Amino acid sequence: MSDSKDLLRAPFELAYNYKRSNGPVMSQFFDALGEQKILGTKSSTGKVFSPAAEFDPDTHESLNDLVEVGPGGSVESFSWIEAPQNHHLIKEPFAFALIKLDGADSSMLHMIADCNEADLSIGTRVTAAWSETTTKRITDIKFFTLEK
Amino acid sequence: MSAEDTPKDYSESPINLEYFYTAGSATTRFLNQVKEGNIVGQGCPKCKAVYVPPRGSCPRCGVATDIEVPLTDKGCIESFTVVHIPIPGNPIVPPYVCAMIRLDGANISFLHLIQDVEIENIRIGMRIQAVWKPKEEWTHSLENIKWFAPIDEPDVDVATLRFEES
Repeated sequence: MSDSKDLLRAPFELAYNYKRSNGPVMSQFFDALGEQKILGTKSSTGKVFSPAAEFDPDTHESLNDLVEVGPGGSVESFSWIEAPQNHHLIKEPFAFALIKLDGADSSMLHMIADCNEADLSIGTRVTAAWSETTTKRITDIKFFTLEK
Repeated sequence: MSAEDTPKDYSESPINLEYFYTAGSATTRFLNQVKEGNIVGQGCPKCKAVYVPPRGSCPRCGVATDIEVPLTDKGCIESFTVVHIPIPGNPIVPPYVCAMIRLDGANISFLHLIQDVEIENIRIGMRIQAVWKPKEEWTHSLENIKWFAPIDEPDVDVATLRFEES
């Protein structure tokens, strides 16, 4: 048996260049992000899901009725990242948060930045900050910031 | 509908994982030998099966395979597949052939390339030998072997390769 210090060790990188098909409903959601609008889908019960859902989890109906929500919303829960790592998009301390956008009944997982941990609590008002260039991806919302 | 017709329906969704691979003691011993151009399997002290590449234990008996078994770089094709579809990031241009290689004296096979032969002529049981890179390029990797190429020896009946516990 070797000592563990004698074991071979090497960096390894595994990468997949996936493309994903968005489908008819999510395509509209992502297209709207490119125009700095956030959409949700409305069910026959009046519930609005944002990010858009393709089906209502309660009634199981297909959802096609898209409505605009946000860009403001309130924090439902959050997790503060004091020391971001390489794979994080934001290099300063920030929060991952569930944000219930105005007009929506579900919440969106995104990031909150440009603030301190003490600024955040359940119910804190935040609003979308948009990326300089849009690519019709969820990262078109750069992060959320405290509402002024 | 094709991807070309509706590019907006597709979004880039790359996945990237960066980590360190730590070889266990069995793989470290194996790769240290590979760096010197030697293929050394490990044998089970109980059932005598020989594993290459070795993983350090016998899955049949559940004991450490602490017997080093030097092997030749000759063997036969146990099975193979012709790859026609390019894989992003893979420098090998299709069509090419991946095969399970059964080295002489080993009881399991491993995956490697077959070259220097027309694809139509590749068959199960065909005798092959490793084609090594120049010695100065050898590292701790089975990529020291460029590929396996056919040799002029009679085919093997792979049914005879079945492991019989003694």
